[in-house]
Amino acid sequence: MEKVGVIGAGSFGTAIANLLAKNNDVLQYVRRAEQAEEINVKRFNKKQNIEDNVIATTDIKQLAENTTLIYAMVDSGNFSSMMKTLSPHLNPAHIIIHGTKGLNVLLPEGKTLAEMQLLSRQQIRTMTEVIQEESVIIRTGALSGPNLALELAQGFPAATVVSSYFDEVINLGRSSLHSANFRVYSSYDVIGVELAGVLKNIFAIASGIIYGLELGENTRAMLLSRSLGEMVRLGRALGAHTEAFYGIAGIGDLIATCASTKSRNFNVGYQLALGNSLKDILSNLDEVAEGIRTTKIAYCLSNFYKCETPIINAMHAILYEEKPIKDSIGELLLHKHSADADFVSIFE
Amino acid sequence: MATSDDNLQPKFMYEPVIPDIRQWPIYELSRDNKHFIQQYVAQSKAQIIQRTKTIDALEDTIAKAVYLEDRRIKESPWKIDPPDEKAFWKQIKKNLLNYSQNKANLQAAENDIYNDLDNIVNRYAQEIVGHFEIPYYRFAAKFLPIFFNRLLNAAGQRNWQRLFGKNLLITENILLRGHLAEIRNLCTKGTVIVVPTHHSNLDSILVGWAIHCLGLPALLYGAGLNLFNSKPVAHFMNRLGAYKIDRRKKNTIYLETLKMYSRLTLQQGAHSLFFPGGTRSRSGQLETQLKLGLLGTAFDAQRLNFMNPQPHHPQKIFVVPLVISYHFVLEAATLIHQHLKSVGKEHYYIDKYYFPNISYGLKFFWKLFSQQSKVWLSFGKPMDLFGHDLDPEGNSLDAEGKIIDISRYYESKGSIVQDVQRDNEYTRLLSQHILARFYSENIVLSSHLVAFAAFEILRKKHRTLDFYGLLHLPEEDRIIPYSYFAKVIERLLAQITVLHENGKMKMSESILQSPEEVIKDGIKHVGMYHDKKVLRKTSEGDITSDDMNLLLFYHNRLEGYKLEEIV
Repeated sequence: MEKVGVIGAGSFGTAIANLLAKNNDVLQYVRRAEQAEEINVKRFNKKQNIEDNVIATTDIKQLAENTTLIYAMVDSGNFSSMMKTLSPHLNPAHIIIHGTKGLNVLLPEGKTLAEMQLLSRQQIRTMTEVIQEESVIIRTGALSGPNLALELAQGFPAATVVSSYFDEVINLGRSSLHSANFRVYSSYDVIGVELAGVLKNIFAIASGIIYGLELGENTRAMLLSRSLGEMVRLGRALGAHTEAFYGIAGIGDLIATCASTKSRNFNVGYQLALGNSLKDILSNLDEVAEGIRTTKIAYCLSNFYKCETPIINAMHAILYEEKPIKDSIGELLLHKHSADADFVSIFE
Repeated sequence: MATSDDNLQPKFMYEPVIPDIRQWPIYELSRDNKHFIQQYVAQSKAQIIQRTKTIDALEDTIAKAVYLEDRRIKESPWKIDPPDEKAFWKQIKKNLLNYSQNKANLQAAENDIYNDLDNIVNRYAQEIVGHFEIPYYRFAAKFLPIFFNRLLNAAGQRNWQRLFGKNLLITENILLRGHLAEIRNLCTKGTVIVVPTHHSNLDSILVGWAIHCLGLPALLYGAGLNLFNSKPVAHFMNRLGAYKIDRRKKNTIYLETLKMYSRLTLQQGAHSLFFPGGTRSRSGQLETQLKLGLLGTAFDAQRLNFMNPQPHHPQKIFVVPLVISYHFVLEAATLIHQHLKSVGKEHYYIDKYYFPNISYGLKFFWKLFSQQSKVWLSFGKPMDLFGHDLDPEGNSLDAEGKIIDISRYYESKGSIVQDVQRDNEYTRLLSQHILARFYSENIVLSSHLVAFAAFEILRKKHRTLDFYGLLHLPEEDRIIPYSYFAKVIERLLAQITVLHENGKMKMSESILQSPEEVIKDGIKHVGMYHDKKVLRKTSEGDITSDDMNLLLFYHNRLEGYKLEEIV
């Protein structure tokens, strides 16, 4: 059986390792020896049982030497440094599919992200771009979709998208992941799929706020449909095709993340609505809520390309300008009226 | 003077890397022409049969070819087209009808179809293949400089200063820059593909000459069939190893046969010249998109070389981007006209090329010398097909300088495999690498700079006008006060220096002067050939243009660097 590599053992990485284990032997890289032991000995990690043919290692070289297909499942903050450690062991035959929902920002010297107001496409890199720039690898793919880790672990039916410019990568993604309860769709719109996965986290926070404020389903439906428009508009400005936003990785993931109380980003919004401070909320999280950082990045990009993104702007005001939630929502409701689904037809 | 990035002693003419012409790959290729063509036809046929998969699809492909060829013969006949062309295609058409009536005897019908394919491919192959003949090369190499020098002396006499100067040589006006030593070295380690920018019909002659001066073996070059319309030119081109590309022929059989030629010759180690932009840049801008067809053949050749290594053939293929910078492009007026006509409606059109017949070429070289103009050829850093740097042995290097085995890019599940979709994507990525190098190797001339500044100043001043309004600007509105112009040039120079230092573009000596000198030099040289002045000083000492289209053309050369933001 072909051995497949997984890097990272967060809840999503663990769920993917278990799914892969249905079709392949899996070698999983983790940084800490204790975590490797949890996987190898206790066979239990991140509230999930570990399949028999998943073996953890703390040696990244061993992982690179024994696999050609590698799933990179680490958060965006650690992605670049992970690539730097992995890169010396890679060769051109390797293929990496990543499941990271984040963007890498190239800041001007001496600046922090918090100080930025504008960002252009040239200043951000998607994770496939990071892989290609930090290593010799050309064949890459992105994995994205409504894949809440704990539901995957329970074996509920679900679907994902593997997107790549290479048929070979798409086919490998499908054959390695596909199972009776897990469908794998394909897409060539790599940037679209990556951005959809990234941007939806902003709206998950917004959705959490609405849930916390007990504003009801009409409000949430309004939020979701207008959020889709903002994703499409910003995606276009950044060079995505827009099909991806209307599919599993776009609207599919948006619905799941914004509806689920299990989502980390949703919870951040929920806690905010209950009146907790952002600082307190973050200190209680054991994994990264990508949406907070993404809000800042999306806000700067939207400013640069002059996109109409009132929800992103409101979330930026709440998270970064300490604007009271009620004021932000009030302003949103006063935003100028426009045609429904205007984002579908423009430019097409 | 030639200067280079890699400490090669600056010279105008270098020792040949391989002194014995009989050892040049291009010569080895034509030595056994007959055998080569046989192999070539067989492989092309096999490729087409493989691609079409079924006999019905093949029949369909032939029928489409007949239809397209029929139209071409009617709509754009050329002098060079063989006289029996009509009869040939008529016969194929007749055969097509026969098979459909003869379907009862399947085997016979199939044989007929293969037979027709054989005839068509053979016909195309004979047309495409070039022959390299040593005496012709020697003659050209000897004769051209003498001829140019005579021309130069004659031109020089019109310029009294030259009478007292040293005898100038053609080579001194054609400046070779960039990674010269690296390229000379690599042409013995693998197969080199030179990919130049394309602005003028004279590019191929200039590159041919530059390659000779650099001491490299002659390049195999695909020339537009239209160039062969002129008999003397055809006679020479044929024997200098040029193969023919007919852009009118768009059918699958022709395109596959053409690509097979490129693939086979690359596999056999023939250094080649591709103009990846396809045709000349209409707008005067550096290429923004490349044609992937011929470039793609390099990936096939590279894969096959890795799969079946041949003891005497070099395995690896290297790409050398080349940027040609002119102060003036002879055909600028026609090019920009065509560009403006086609802007907004992307459509393919067949070129009405008229080749640089002799007088056309003479005009160029006459101007080149008598007007003291120069041409810069900037040879970019060589790379492998995947955009990696190379060490002196031709090994590919990663960003850390570690040797990597690029054959593994073709690997799937442990072995090298053919995958057309994958290689198409690799080709697209290579084209991005080449484009990036075009921009970073672009040498900025004083003429480009003044044209850019003038057009952008006018565009800003008349920002309410649309693009076409701007081109029809009344003469009195085109005047730019000198002091303002000088300030803009100063700002641009500062920014270009930053770009130069960051490796984003290159500065020629012509802009390493004070802004006043740069303006003087630029105005003198910009499009000096044209009847109307692209830029001139008014009697009040201000700057104006007599031809906005040409100003746009020369301005476009600096598009893509965001320089307009600081005008």
